[in-house]
Amino acid sequence: MKVDPKEEIVSHLPSMRAFAVSLTQNNAAADDLVQDAIVKAWTNFDKFQPGTNLRAWLFTILRNTFFSYLRKRRYEVEDIDAAAASALAIEPAHDGRLDLEDLVKALRYLTLEQRETIVLVGALGFGYEEAADLCGVPVGTIKSRANRAREQLSKMMSEGLPGQGVAVKPDVKLGDRRRAGSD
Amino acid sequence: MNSDTSKTPRDLEEIDENLRKAYAALLNEDLPDRFAVLLDQLRSGEVAEKDAGEEGQGV
Repeated sequence: MKVDPKEEIVSHLPSMRAFAVSLTQNNAAADDLVQDAIVKAWTNFDKFQPGTNLRAWLFTILRNTFFSYLRKRRYEVEDIDAAAASALAIEPAHDGRLDLEDLVKALRYLTLEQRETIVLVGALGFGYEEAADLCGVPVGTIKSRANRAREQLSKMMSEGLPGQGVAVKPDVKLGDRRRAGSD
Repeated sequence: MNSDTSKTPRDLEEIDENLRKAYAALLNEDLPDRFAVLLDQLRSGEVAEKDAGEEGQGV
């Protein structure tokens, strides 16, 4: 029996949820976002070109939906705080547990652009070119954002998170997107 | 913004490694039931798109 190609969407849901958490910094909002993206993808699947990158297509829908909601102020991203830290359930890993928890907390002190880039490239295994296509920017911009994100995260991991002695301010406001061309 | 030159390539590689570890739990956890319900509704045609095309690129 031939399987409906739309069923392939299901296999991408875990990574879509992870990306949505990185965007919204909130589990409940992330699941709402993924749900809306699934509906859009499913009901517009005729627009997907077979043989092209389904993951990139799905993530583009998810990302576009997020920024559309952000423009409509559906998300109050700047008010979200500790939810980010609890959004990812981290398995105990001996003495590495605190490091991973702090790393997740540190993500929210990156710009939205840096955060989505490092999650795509660093955590979810996207290539630079794939991430660049997804975000609609040159590959060099993605590499720059990823490297800045790594440096910021590494600095916070070695010196402590903001509030623990490091002067790195949260920067997850709407202005992030307006500065898209600044780097 | 100037780069922090005190960070070695290995330091920065560890960031990616630790991010993968941090996200592994989320990637491996069971999906909430709401997605199974939604997919069943989509398969049966019970769900119509709400905001067709509003996001422009991609859909």
